[in-house]
Amino acid sequence: MKEILKILERDARTTPEQIAAMTGRDPAEVRQIIAEAEAKGILRRYKATIDWERAGEERVIAFIDVRVSPQRGTGFDDIARRIDRYPEVRSVYLVSGEQDLRVVVEGPTMREVAFFVAEKLATIEQVQSPSTHFLLKRYKEDGDIFDDEEPDRRLAVVP
Amino acid sequence: MTDVRETVRPAPPLSEAAAAAAAPRGLVNRAVAAMPPSGIRRFFDLVSTMTDVISLGVGEPDFVTPWHIREAAIWSIEKGYTTYTSNAGMFELRVLVSADVQAQYGVSYDPTNEILITVGVSEGLDVAMRAILEPGDEVLIPEPSFVAYKPCVSLAGGVPVPVPTDAAHDFKVQPEAIEARLTPRTRALLLSYPSNPTGATMCREELLPIAALCCQHNLLAISDEIYAHLTYEGEHCCVPRLPGMRERTILLNGFSKAYAMTGWRMGFAAGPAPVIQAMTKIHQYTMMSAPTAAQMAAIEALKNGKHEREEMIQQYNQRRQLIIAGLNRIGLPCFRARGAFYVFPSVAGTGLDCETFAERLLAEERVAVVPGNAFGIGGEGHIRCAYAASLANIEEALRRMERFVNRL
Repeated sequence: MKEILKILERDARTTPEQIAAMTGRDPAEVRQIIAEAEAKGILRRYKATIDWERAGEERVIAFIDVRVSPQRGTGFDDIARRIDRYPEVRSVYLVSGEQDLRVVVEGPTMREVAFFVAEKLATIEQVQSPSTHFLLKRYKEDGDIFDDEEPDRRLAVVP
Repeated sequence: MTDVRETVRPAPPLSEAAAAAAAPRGLVNRAVAAMPPSGIRRFFDLVSTMTDVISLGVGEPDFVTPWHIREAAIWSIEKGYTTYTSNAGMFELRVLVSADVQAQYGVSYDPTNEILITVGVSEGLDVAMRAILEPGDEVLIPEPSFVAYKPCVSLAGGVPVPVPTDAAHDFKVQPEAIEARLTPRTRALLLSYPSNPTGATMCREELLPIAALCCQHNLLAISDEIYAHLTYEGEHCCVPRLPGMRERTILLNGFSKAYAMTGWRMGFAAGPAPVIQAMTKIHQYTMMSAPTAAQMAAIEALKNGKHEREEMIQQYNQRRQLIIAGLNRIGLPCFRARGAFYVFPSVAGTGLDCETFAERLLAEERVAVVPGNAFGIGGEGHIRCAYAASLANIEEALRRMERFVNRL
């Protein structure tokens, strides 16, 4: 199954027929493995990687590191849940180091993101001293380099 | 910074022999003048005049060298590792090569005198031939084969003797075919599995009778195993591992294919000390030592390159299965090649010879493949398709080839 997952991770649009040919399996078997992975919540979604800047749409991303006083019984989980329900929040991670949670927030303008942090995040009782880092340039995301691709420098015919 | 230079400087070349050829001659050595240019060259010239070509003609990885390997070379240059190294190559690299060959293939070589770091397998091949051949010695070369083998033998004064292989045997060399071409002058057998251009591999059982022939007739084997890591089904059988073969085999391998390092020109030769020492002598006078930055990169590849190497191999394997299925589907029968990154389908069913097929495919559908006859006898009626290309390109190439074949 892992080989199939890796193929889909590289390109989610690879068809079961293509995967079957690539892995020497039967297309029906591939379909079944994929369905199983979907049912088990291993394959969660099929999404596209989009360079919104190139598409001419401005989106502001900020990384916010916060310290949180953990709660008895549930540790950080309840606070994390309270934060991750906001649609503006793209990701929430519990991290090691001086801060506890790393929150990724997306908004249409810097002002709106800043307001979100000040009004929604910072006001949660257990959240302390959020520090906000606005994303200025995307060099690489989820394994994809956002600059122009390196050209194929090989000669067209090589022995 | 560690001093990588040798403590004793290599001796200057021996005093020049008085070259006193009196007879007027052409500008060029007769052996070179008689040598035909590579059949691939003509095709390359044709392709380079065109745009929008999808090339399945490229015999090198489509991956760029993994960054950590590139970075190791950059670091070494920054630190000033810019001197010659020991003639045989940096000792640390030879130790790593020795350990890798031992771990991968179970053959041990002493890094002090049984391993030579060469400038690609190409140099290893040239030096090996020059070290073992005397004028008129014959070298058996299973064909279709890599284009450099025959010229390397000729340039070393030897006589290349092609041994045909065919699709009926999945291009594996047959012991009877070797036996039929043995003469008192036969000196060596050149093996290269997994094979460029066919993708053929040979397993231990298939190689055993060939090893027995080598022992019986006191032949040396030169085994070019540059594609050894790219063996997708079954285990690669390392020729010196076979009974009686270690003491008569020159093992050639390198970093180009497994680590996507073609442009670095990093290879190695391993074999019995007397042969490696003779090769080192030639290498010392012609090459001095392999480039230092490239050796540094090779050290990094052997130390930390396993993960990325295996990732690349997995991707080649997926493309391999896709292209074999695709070619067979569109009516270009193709045996299940188990190694390298080539398939060698037959185009005989189309009624075209391989050159016409390749030229028309290029002109009409902008897909470059290499006509099989560029690789010697047995290649006619076939084309070489390299799947060191992106999945998208392989699929588009297959679509175009299907259109072309259906039109014929």
